[in-house]
Amino acid sequence: MNAGRRLSANPAAMGAVVVLCALVLLAVLGPLASPNDIETLDWNHVATPPALAAGHWFGTDRLGRDLFARALEGTRTSLAVGLLASLISVSVGLGYGALAGYSGGRTDQLMMRFIEVLSGLPLIFFVIFLTVIFGHNRYLLFLAIGAVGWLTMARIVRGQTLSIRRREYIEAAVASGATTARILIRHVVPNLMGPVVVYATLTVPQIILFESFLSFLGLGIQEPHASLGTLIAEGAAEMDAASWILWVPGTILAALLLCLHILGDGLRDVLDVRERESR
Amino acid sequence: MHRYFLQRLAGAVPTLFIIITLAFFLTRLAPGGPFDQEQSLPPEIVANLERAYGLDQSIWVQYVRYLAGLAHGDFGPSFKYKDFTVTGLIAQGFPVTLELGVIALSLALLIGIPLGIFAALHHNSPADHATMSLAVVGITVPSFVVLPFLGLWFGVHLHWLPVAGWEPDSIRHLVLPVTALGLPPLAYVARMTRGSLLDTLQSPYIRTAHAKGLPLHVVILRHALRPALLPVASYLAPAVASIMTGSLVVETIAGLPGIGRYMVQGALNRDYTLVMGMVIIYSALLIAMGLVVDMLYGWLDPRIRFDA
Repeated sequence: MNAGRRLSANPAAMGAVVVLCALVLLAVLGPLASPNDIETLDWNHVATPPALAAGHWFGTDRLGRDLFARALEGTRTSLAVGLLASLISVSVGLGYGALAGYSGGRTDQLMMRFIEVLSGLPLIFFVIFLTVIFGHNRYLLFLAIGAVGWLTMARIVRGQTLSIRRREYIEAAVASGATTARILIRHVVPNLMGPVVVYATLTVPQIILFESFLSFLGLGIQEPHASLGTLIAEGAAEMDAASWILWVPGTILAALLLCLHILGDGLRDVLDVRERESR
Repeated sequence: MHRYFLQRLAGAVPTLFIIITLAFFLTRLAPGGPFDQEQSLPPEIVANLERAYGLDQSIWVQYVRYLAGLAHGDFGPSFKYKDFTVTGLIAQGFPVTLELGVIALSLALLIGIPLGIFAALHHNSPADHATMSLAVVGITVPSFVVLPFLGLWFGVHLHWLPVAGWEPDSIRHLVLPVTALGLPPLAYVARMTRGSLLDTLQSPYIRTAHAKGLPLHVVILRHALRPALLPVASYLAPAVASIMTGSLVVETIAGLPGIGRYMVQGALNRDYTLVMGMVIIYSALLIAMGLVVDMLYGWLDPRIRFDA
């Protein structure tokens, strides 16, 4: 594939892919290699720095829990939230944007006006609200985060759909009597894949960031489970006595976000997609 | 232009009203109340408390009362901070948050824009690549990672700056939180300025300016920069939003007495009035910023007309 070859010519993007694959593999397979789990308290090693001999490769936290195991659990949480919530926000954005763009006219205007109003709201406060109101349910957390991320996607998809709508093959589909739903699914959406892939890649780090932000504030993932956000919060509290508790999750989160961002940028250059703002 | 401004201002009122209504009913729908504690209070006392705060009335009466209070600039009493009104709490903390935010935003613009110009002028040079790589790091690494790392390095290891805490009129206490807060918008502004300046420099009128023999700084500052700043102007509203959310964590980590921490505390404590007050203040700020951006647009690009 042409795009794939051009992407592989971009050293930064390829580096990002390598680091990402390594992180994913580590997160998934790491528990098999490490002898420790996330909950066991090791009273002989409380807040000890990283050392191979003790079996705590990344050290332990102030309760004596293995930081390697906890950091990997946090990475898994981040990746899971990133993928699931992105899936929600991409599907909603894709459906909404394609429908608005394809309908055109007043429907389009109304739907876009709605998005404009929503993006004017301090949505993060509503997510904070929702997570507090509905308790600490993991799946609701995914849903709440995903529900915030779809606005940009809807805008981009709608802009692309507006131009696709006028193509001959759509006219041909209409002439042959295809229903609107069929046209959207069979003819419009497949032709939107370029920008959708690019912005989905850029949505994932945003969502991971958002989840760790909420968890950092104590509103997301709850003990004993770990998210990179909760681990960073613990580390920030202990940084003068035990700086590795901050270093480990902080570095992983930074690397994860950085690589996803670089990959997204690389994909955008390769697929040559530009955001078409309605302004 | 005046008329347009007034129109937009009038348009902001219903938006704010919708936000207030939505927030009001969402808080009241939440399970749990402000007087729930580990040890539950005797029902008579709860009843008395609820009567004192008007919570025994129907939700509609409460809503109308709240709106009436708002019309007088009264956000109501805080349910958790006894003897404090929300207006008082916000009046106390807001100057700190505002100072933090204004400095962070100014730094983002005052450093970000020149950095972007610099990178654009040295397009594809090592200096350009270095600046832009740093910008990607600045954009992606969140403030709640940056601030502890800065604190660890400059506070714990080097002892140059305080890790946390606040003293009035002390610049030393501001350096780290402002840096953490301003870094993401700074990096974003630098990247945007570079990109859009590179685009603008391709235009025919820039070639004309060069052909007239104008010196480079005149071409850039007088001709190219203004249109190139349009995307930066439209980024201002999201930038303010990102600084606001950043202030939630930065104030918590650095222990600053701003209003950012009230949002999370208020939501966790079911302090209805405090949360409402925060939502209203932040929404009003965001809406105001949107207006400022629109006005800036007209100034940056005279082709934009406001009478349509």
